[in-house]
Amino acid sequence: MARRLPAVDVVLVGFGWTASIIAQELTDAGVQVLALERGEFRDTVPDFATTHIQDELRYAVRKQIFESPKRETLTFRNKRSQQALPMRHLGSFMPAAGVGGAGVHWNGQTWRFLPGDFVIKTRTTERYGAGFIPKDMQLQDWGVTYEQLEPHYDRFEYLCGISGQAGNINGTLQPGGNPFEGPRRRGYPLPPLKRAAATELFDHAAKEVGFHSFPCPAANTSKPYRNPLGVQMGECTYCGFCEWFGCGNYSKASPQTTILPVLLKKDNFSYRTHCDVVRVNTDSTGKRATGVNYVDIHDQEYEQPASMVVLCAYAQHNVHLLLLSRIGRPYDPESGTGVVGRNYAYQITSSVDVFQKEILNPFMGAGALGQAVDDFNTVNFDHGPHGFIGGGYIALWNTGGRPILQHHLPKEAPTWGSGWKKAMHENYLTATSIATHGSVMSSRQNYLDLDPTYTDAYGNPMLRLTFDFRDNELRMSHFLTEKAKLIAQAMKATSIHARFRKGPYSIVPYQTTHNTGGAVMGSDPSTSFVNPYLQSWDVPNLWVMGASVFPQNPGYNPTGTVGALTYWAAQAMRRYLKNPGPLVTA
Amino acid sequence: MRHGVLLAVLLALPAGMPGAAEPPPQHARTAPGPYPTIARGRYLTRIADCKACHTADNGVPFAGQRAVPTPFGTIYSTNITPDKTTGIGRYSDEDFWRAMHLGIDRTGRHMYPAFPYQFYSRMSRADVLSIKAYLDTLDPVRMENKPVELPWPMSMRWVMKVWNGMYFDPGVYQPDPHKSAQWNRGAYLVQGAGHCAACHSPKNMLGAPDLDNPLGGGMAENVFAPNLGNGKRDGLGLWTAADIAEYLHTGSNRWSAAAGPMAEVVQQSTQYLSQADVRAIATYLKDLPKQSDDSGDDEAPAHHIDEDVMARGKAVYVDNCEGCHMRDGRGLADVFPPLADTSAIQAAQAQTLIEAVLVGAQKPATRARPTGLRMPSFADKLDDGEIAAVITYIRNAWGNHASPASTGDVANLRSILRNGPPPQS
Repeated sequence: MARRLPAVDVVLVGFGWTASIIAQELTDAGVQVLALERGEFRDTVPDFATTHIQDELRYAVRKQIFESPKRETLTFRNKRSQQALPMRHLGSFMPAAGVGGAGVHWNGQTWRFLPGDFVIKTRTTERYGAGFIPKDMQLQDWGVTYEQLEPHYDRFEYLCGISGQAGNINGTLQPGGNPFEGPRRRGYPLPPLKRAAATELFDHAAKEVGFHSFPCPAANTSKPYRNPLGVQMGECTYCGFCEWFGCGNYSKASPQTTILPVLLKKDNFSYRTHCDVVRVNTDSTGKRATGVNYVDIHDQEYEQPASMVVLCAYAQHNVHLLLLSRIGRPYDPESGTGVVGRNYAYQITSSVDVFQKEILNPFMGAGALGQAVDDFNTVNFDHGPHGFIGGGYIALWNTGGRPILQHHLPKEAPTWGSGWKKAMHENYLTATSIATHGSVMSSRQNYLDLDPTYTDAYGNPMLRLTFDFRDNELRMSHFLTEKAKLIAQAMKATSIHARFRKGPYSIVPYQTTHNTGGAVMGSDPSTSFVNPYLQSWDVPNLWVMGASVFPQNPGYNPTGTVGALTYWAAQAMRRYLKNPGPLVTA
Repeated sequence: MRHGVLLAVLLALPAGMPGAAEPPPQHARTAPGPYPTIARGRYLTRIADCKACHTADNGVPFAGQRAVPTPFGTIYSTNITPDKTTGIGRYSDEDFWRAMHLGIDRTGRHMYPAFPYQFYSRMSRADVLSIKAYLDTLDPVRMENKPVELPWPMSMRWVMKVWNGMYFDPGVYQPDPHKSAQWNRGAYLVQGAGHCAACHSPKNMLGAPDLDNPLGGGMAENVFAPNLGNGKRDGLGLWTAADIAEYLHTGSNRWSAAAGPMAEVVQQSTQYLSQADVRAIATYLKDLPKQSDDSGDDEAPAHHIDEDVMARGKAVYVDNCEGCHMRDGRGLADVFPPLADTSAIQAAQAQTLIEAVLVGAQKPATRARPTGLRMPSFADKLDDGEIAAVITYIRNAWGNHASPASTGDVANLRSILRNGPPPQS
């Protein structure tokens, strides 16, 4: 029996990036906000202190700061004809647990999506005709435009202290930046990170083959920074321990380094850790959320009433919670109808390892220290001759040179023994790798639902993921990898090893944690769960944040857009608080 | 005296009773309601930093029970909420004035100078009573006071009468007619409510501040509070008045950042100083002599610094410190504090640095700079010899000059932090 607690104005499920932004904005608007976090509280010191954080075995191999599959996992299959099985170890993607969420362990790659990404269906139809879209592809516009989001991208970038080189300020192209990006109102708050030897090599090679190379936007500070909230960050030391690690140097943007020092002092904000939300409650009409139920670490269940509920958990967990709460119509792949679980997408990646002679010192790295070309991203080139939709960026990331997992050996090198040691010795300082980061368009066959067989730690059905790369994605990734090979060859390589992504999708090796969709946004309630302000069509006092609202997954890392959409939604919530009700009439 | 107290008690009693008559008429002029007095009291309560000592860790504000370690034993702060049985609810104005001005509580017992009445004695009666007016607005909290843990004879309160006779010179601050009003305001705040010398003065065997050299630097708990004189090396000689104001308001400036007990002082107290008052304090401090004992503190002291120790210290520094404090010891503007040309680094004793390395340190989280950046503890990473070497290096690199830290000093503080202070011999 759940114990009923005193009501709050707003309850946030999760306490990562989106919850921190919403909490900061709504407490400014004067309401009482409570965040419920399933993990523990963490702060720069002592939790990520430089005295111990550079421990690859503990954090990268043994995955110290991630979701434990004992508490939460999912079942997986590639297609509907298969039996899904529960994941006892997570591999392909690694959701976080704990205050700050994935904002703690990310690399800091902070992109804006292209203006064309938000209207990709309209654009594709106009340019190539409706027949160009594969039959089972559920391509959708977002219901929001780049122009609407631009001020919110700007806010998130200035919150984080992004280091980068603008490519387009108010329509004027900027030398050295990405010429394909949408117009921005001003440059990045900080100059680009210092270049590494490997990114220099990439830069020269990319230009040589005629591509437009630019420094990647990074949430790793190139200079000391004080953000608009007054919160201070230190200059990145290029220690090379970003992804899988918290930053001990106040140099990587996270809720801890950008918002929490201000938020946690507010009287109208509170949070509880080790609280796993298991259901969003609705009243008898099903049109109004009344709060949430959660289970704490002592296995006691509580009912937390609230006037407004905002789902700020990881993309898949938001969808799982909606399905368990029976809110919104579950997606049915047979008929292609229903919205909860619809348009799940992932990211398609590949790489080209480069072996050459120059010493590169890979250990001098930062999570988003990289050089990229965007010539082949989703709408930046003519797809007509290729017959696929989408694209991605090609980049050389110098994130670090950790000894266990961050090294590149030629494919003929032995995998153990003295031969392996010799190859390590010969290649550690000189090998590098080019990555491609491709879009995944949503498909009728890829979706999330409740597993009919397996249950979780609370006896609830697990989330079931049905996903495979479609032909469209595999062909696109092949195209992108061929372009990456051109750059690799121009890097004076003695040998290269192109690792093309092949189907079927395997959930075992790590690829990216960019899961999207399942509760997507849009202007048509029959194909979206939330309206263009991220407000539920069915339950107007329920909102969904994060990448679960992406109708498909563009060819970039999601966090920049997640941040911008959160500020965009927060602005709408302020309007909602003055006059609660649907902001868009279906 | 006795009659005065009796009179005050008699005057106070009716005010404390239900349906009491109006307060005694004010003859000088009619105060425009109690709010101005309460607001002034709220400000002075912050400047006197009452809450810091009178609140336990995670405790109810002003309800006391914070352990205040002294060289002689532990004293617990008292409940100063207006609760009638456990707080100061029965204190008359005269009782309160006597406590603040003479260090004697309502029952006539002498208080221990962990309560800095030596300094509060300099405050005007109007200021003292405004603090009471503010404290009276707090919710009364019933919280029994904890007995002091002091060895004989310090446990005998009458001993403090003797101590007072030797070291306590009661009396309200008397302005110096040769100085400006601003200077005098600064002196009044530094010597009175601010009670700066409680930490920043040398202390004798009996814990009494050296009143001839009140801001010459001294031990406070486990750290050394630096000299506030105008020596360039270990004082505030390089600081402008604006630097002092910035430090007190934000917790850091281009020369240094507050850490340890001073971080708490900035966070709870000095960040709230008015612009006029912070300028007054800076004016007064900048007018202090170089160093009261005239030892010529800009000169490099005649300490022998072992070259091997410096080399070892530098190696430890490069591996552990320079990511934030930078190779040149200049830190990162506004974020990580500099170590070069910093008075606290070159202070007469290295205790502050030893504690920072063993325990870690945190900048104050102020309204101007809310982050409260933290340095981690290196206690588990560096041994006593490494810590002594790196501190010796920091105190003598980049043009710094100060005495070396010894392995024994580090071992001693490590032991105190782990086991508490050694028993009195």
